[in-house]
Amino acid sequence: MGEIDRIAEIMHSYKQDPRYLLALLLDIQESENHISTEAMRAVARYLGVSESRVYAVATFYRTLSLKKKGRKIIRVCMGTACHLRGSAAVLHELEKGLGIKVGEATEDGKYTLETVNCVGACALAPVVTCGDDSFGRMDPAKAAELITRGAFE
Amino acid sequence: MKFETLSELRSHIEQLSEKKKPGKEIWVCGGPGCVASGSVAVAEEFRKLIEKRASGSSGSFWKDLTVLIRHEDGHPKIRTGLTGCMGPCENGPIVHVEPEGWYYRKVTPEDTAGILDSLLEGRPYKAKSMYGSDGKPSEDPRAESIPFLSGQKKMVLGNMSSMSPLDLGDYLEHGGYSALLKALETMTPEEVCAEIRESGLRGRGGGGFPTGVKWESCRKSPSDKRYVLVNGDEGDPGAFMDRALMEGDPFSVLEGLTIGAYAIGASEGIIYVRHEYPLAVRRLSNAIAILVESGLLGENILGTGFSFHVEICKGGGAFVCGESTALMTSIEGKPGVPRVKYIRSTEKGLWESPTVLNNVETWANVPLIINMGASAFKETGSPNNSGTKVFALVGKVKNTGLVEVPMGTTLREIIYGIGGGVAKDRPFKAVQTGGPSGGCLPGFMLDTPVDFDSLDKAGSMMGSGGMIVMDDRTCMVDIARYFIDFLMEESCGKCVPCREGLKKMQMLLHDLTGGRGQEGDTERLKELAEGIADTALCALGQSSANPVLSTIRYFYEEYIEHERDHFCRAGVCKGMFHVKINEEKCRVCGQCAKNCPTRTIKLAESGKYRIEQAGCIKCGACIDICPFSSVGTVNEVSEDD
Repeated sequence: MGEIDRIAEIMHSYKQDPRYLLALLLDIQESENHISTEAMRAVARYLGVSESRVYAVATFYRTLSLKKKGRKIIRVCMGTACHLRGSAAVLHELEKGLGIKVGEATEDGKYTLETVNCVGACALAPVVTCGDDSFGRMDPAKAAELITRGAFE
Repeated sequence: MKFETLSELRSHIEQLSEKKKPGKEIWVCGGPGCVASGSVAVAEEFRKLIEKRASGSSGSFWKDLTVLIRHEDGHPKIRTGLTGCMGPCENGPIVHVEPEGWYYRKVTPEDTAGILDSLLEGRPYKAKSMYGSDGKPSEDPRAESIPFLSGQKKMVLGNMSSMSPLDLGDYLEHGGYSALLKALETMTPEEVCAEIRESGLRGRGGGGFPTGVKWESCRKSPSDKRYVLVNGDEGDPGAFMDRALMEGDPFSVLEGLTIGAYAIGASEGIIYVRHEYPLAVRRLSNAIAILVESGLLGENILGTGFSFHVEICKGGGAFVCGESTALMTSIEGKPGVPRVKYIRSTEKGLWESPTVLNNVETWANVPLIINMGASAFKETGSPNNSGTKVFALVGKVKNTGLVEVPMGTTLREIIYGIGGGVAKDRPFKAVQTGGPSGGCLPGFMLDTPVDFDSLDKAGSMMGSGGMIVMDDRTCMVDIARYFIDFLMEESCGKCVPCREGLKKMQMLLHDLTGGRGQEGDTERLKELAEGIADTALCALGQSSANPVLSTIRYFYEEYIEHERDHFCRAGVCKGMFHVKINEEKCRVCGQCAKNCPTRTIKLAESGKYRIEQAGCIKCGACIDICPFSSVGTVNEVSEDD
């Protein structure tokens, strides 16, 4: 199934009501790792809203991205508790280990490295998450080890 | 089963309360902290062990996360499963045993056999006791003798340590839906509104607006369509109260919401949940599906003619959407920017219809109030601040975790009594409440009671319940920079004071923390902050001044040190301090030398350790490791250092 078909399938799981614009785009983001121009056009037609409104929503919310993201998203929590316990150093180590800057995707399209404001696991600060997995009480050494032992695979 | 009428639900609930709870229950904490520490493996081991020891079992563990084992040979029944967050996250995985009420800390799969044996023999399992009041493992594992638990008053979180968040039956067994039943059977919608107003319940999301007043005003707004909304867009960094409730006790939030819908006359409810909380979305969806199946949501609930439908709306990772009008705009499928509030949402909210928006914790309080009555509810808390508040106690504190205390409890009681004091016994510097828009309070304000009015007066705010403890290694100017960076990033850009003002504040703070501070910067910062507070459009902008103003107010000296001396006493801002060992305090334990990554700490002729300044990268490892606090920061070092 190509991108267009997958997007059509996602769209048809929602009623044709503009209120589902954000929900639809979130689903497309999850399936395609980005929101393409074609996707935005298709969504605008399906919901009967202007393309500019779809673009406005797609660029307003942090989770949505016009640029293609990696298949797995590694998030370093930058919440206050994590900040106090050294999350900046953890982020730096992951940038070094993955060879990318925060916000970028690895060349093989496997990973995107992001920061998140708070994942609500403050007692385990600093926290790194990848999909449903969270890794607590991180420090630079443990972060480097996550990469070498393939914890994000 | 499906409840068709009020009397069917009533007789079911009555039956449950007559039945005595059989046997033992072993609950493993399934909160995010404990799961990350390996609690699922512990729960699985309990299941295997019980199944192995028992004859015949019913129920699939992974389907409903509880397993009920029936023993034919006279042994007690044992039930085990995962719950929501129990609170003592620092010590996870936590195991809680009922009916004894015992708690165990840092439980591993290897402990399960011991816990099970001790339980069958009726004695505590001492190897994993929680800490008692002397800070040592307690002889008595009951909650009452564990300060972290005994200092709390769990009302909203009351059932979370002893039931499965996936099972309506469990919720009913713990008194669930008796409040909705009471409301539908014996109270008019007006009476429900009046009861909530009478209880003095105030919005737990931080605003502190009287909930009952909000409901009554919405009820009175003429319209044939009204909405009730749940604000689950918990974006404050350092806060996870709502996450814990949505994941750990979703039925209580939904019961509260249903009662609210009945009271104001709404037929549709929407729960707005952060995209970053996928488990909360799953737990709420599961609960909604079960409630629809049971006839507790949907058309003609319990034959009363009252219909109510609930949907979940996921957020897109924008902090400003926690603001009420921005949240509604976001639900409508638009960019979540706030609007001017000259018309209240209770008159024209979502899709121009009268709308009540309350925070997750506020909704979870509603069934409690209906059950116990307004006057009993008011007995907890302080004047004008009734009930309890849930806090996420985090940062540099010994026992991090989720705590619930009566309003009016002092910061000291929470941080030192429940939290056990500052981690590693370092000096206390500040406590931050209210999220990024809150404020930092210093040590001499530790006796401030924690309630809406007292915190406001102190220059901070209640916020949704993040409570972040900071020690002497935290730079207050850096903290202000951190919050302003955050708010700058999250400003939606609609109004000028917030968009441009935050940017200017950010520049000044980056100069101060980057060693480029100039005379007058602190004053300029203060002036800007006051300007933004007066003129910004929404609460995000107006309160964005708080982190700057409160740190300037209580930590003025540190600002001046950054501005005038380019010195950071906390040793945080790069290039703005030197590290030196106080030879009088040095006990020559060698910890600093061992942990120095550049090996620049050597024994000097004096027989004490000394840092060779040329090679020091100022990482601060020695400051943190020294057990005698003999390593500190100085502004200048002399040539012999």
